[in-house]
Amino acid sequence: MANKRNLILTIILLAAFFALAWYVNFETDSYIRRVVNLCMVYAIIGLSMNLTNGFTGQFSLGQAGFMAIGAYVVGIFTVPVALRPAVFYAAPMNPLIADIYMPLWLALIIGGLLAALVAFMIGTPVLRLRGDYLAVATLGFSEIIRIVITNAQSITNGALGIKDIPPLNDVRYIFAFTAVIFVFITALINSSYGRAFKAIREDEIAAEAMGIDLFKHKCLAFMISAFFAGIGGGLYGALLGTVDPKNFLFTLTYNFLLIIVLGGMGSITGSMIGAVLVTAGLEFLRVFDEPLDLFGMAIPLFRPGFRMVIFSVLLMVLVLFWRHGIMGTREFTWDNFFAFCKNPFGFFGRKGAHKA
Amino acid sequence: MTILRTDGITMRFGGVVAVNNLQIDINEHEIVALIGPNGAGKTTAFNMITGVYTPTSGNVIYTDAAGNDIKITGKKPSAIAKLGIARTFQNIRLFKELSVYENVMIAKHLHLKADFMSAALHLPHYNAEQRQAEAEVEELLKKVNLWDLREEQAFSLPYGQQRHLEIVRALATNPRLLLLDEPAAGMNPKETDELTEFISQIRDEYNLTIFMIEHHMDLVMGISDRIYVLDFGQTIASGTPLEIQNNERVIAAYLGVEEDA
Repeated sequence: MANKRNLILTIILLAAFFALAWYVNFETDSYIRRVVNLCMVYAIIGLSMNLTNGFTGQFSLGQAGFMAIGAYVVGIFTVPVALRPAVFYAAPMNPLIADIYMPLWLALIIGGLLAALVAFMIGTPVLRLRGDYLAVATLGFSEIIRIVITNAQSITNGALGIKDIPPLNDVRYIFAFTAVIFVFITALINSSYGRAFKAIREDEIAAEAMGIDLFKHKCLAFMISAFFAGIGGGLYGALLGTVDPKNFLFTLTYNFLLIIVLGGMGSITGSMIGAVLVTAGLEFLRVFDEPLDLFGMAIPLFRPGFRMVIFSVLLMVLVLFWRHGIMGTREFTWDNFFAFCKNPFGFFGRKGAHKA
Repeated sequence: MTILRTDGITMRFGGVVAVNNLQIDINEHEIVALIGPNGAGKTTAFNMITGVYTPTSGNVIYTDAAGNDIKITGKKPSAIAKLGIARTFQNIRLFKELSVYENVMIAKHLHLKADFMSAALHLPHYNAEQRQAEAEVEELLKKVNLWDLREEQAFSLPYGQQRHLEIVRALATNPRLLLLDEPAAGMNPKETDELTEFISQIRDEYNLTIFMIEHHMDLVMGISDRIYVLDFGQTIASGTPLEIQNNERVIAAYLGVEEDA
């Protein structure tokens, strides 16, 4: 009974979101569309990062590198062949790839697969490390990827970046990708493999004694994470219409770290909420960047950059009072939702997830 | 029939010889205990058998259900678990934040044949395997009276039940040989009695062989078929509980002897 109700409610919710995507696509201005698109792309990458960092407990900081791979595959193969000489004006494109054109969806998937392949090559030596060491090693590899891209002039146009990527403006297109990835990751986490990932997070030694091959499962999580980060990076490139090595500095990774810490490490719905809060929140705080006149007096604090101060303070408050993020390791489920509606005050006092 | 044999395994950590030339034979369906004072190398011996450490020298030989001798020295712990050797830990190592049910379900993962794509897409052959595992876990949890607590987080259970759950989790891997590292540590006499009862019950019910480290002598003497005694990495005695109780070297190791005695 309850399962059927939940399934119907989930389908209704997805349909409502899709209708919303449709509405945003046709009825709003390009600024709103851009914010919504960016929210969804950040949600994809946040989800991918949560898979390694939140669910498998491997503190990896390589997301920017995997995004760069996806973005560059989109950049290289979706620019119309006729425009390429103008884009690659400093050094001509390598003749092997100069005539290959791909539609966006194919470039996204190939970018994802390439990112997963690179993740496998990086993972083999690096996933033996734990904690801080793993973080530093993945951070280093992410920079190596960026530097290789910067120096492969005839393939990636080097430091000049690639312009004239056909811009992606369709909200429905990105929404479809986000929805599919969300459903896939939810289903994976709720499978036996998802439980194995969580077991590794909880206690590696015990997980291994229970027959879970640590290396195989860590590598699997790392590759799936890289695959979706590659797709997210490709969408990001298509959204901006240009890719540039400087877009993929390691500081980019911290945006996603922020999203998953804010939303809750080990919560899929938390990552979605975190992505929306961070992306949209930063946009709505723009009022603080504009000069404000109050009773004829200009408030001197309101100047460009002030929103970042406000944002940082909000983050500090949040992390101080909700150390496990908004969702912790909980998920938004219909059962939790109804329990919350029945007893909003008692709900947060209970420990653990309760199923009906 | 022998199920596990160690051929003179030795473990050195730098200059320290933690276990020296350990020779153990365990027959099917036996309960064998490994005792000895603190720091004697008992847990190191367990870690060598389960693959956490690779012995400096010597071999561990496991005989599978078909009667083949398999050298398990240097294999990964996960591979050894798949062969049918499960263990518990001296300091409880449950998946603390996960529910009792999930803890036991995780132990079923090693028998899963479906790959991650079929699992993520919930394809029929994965679902069939999963339903089978769920049924087994339900039966097991009901049998050990943990079914009503299945939604509780593992760390919220009382201490005795956490120890219990760890054994149940190991049982869920369908082992042939179960290694228990101080299962009664920190338990009061009543809980120890219940545990003794539980261990011999699961031995008979699941046709297990049990190898355990224990300090509670009532438990050890009560259910062991044979006992090995370690002291400073050396095997100082082995035999039936009665033989061990009357062995002078064992008494000396536990109680100490006067210099001029």
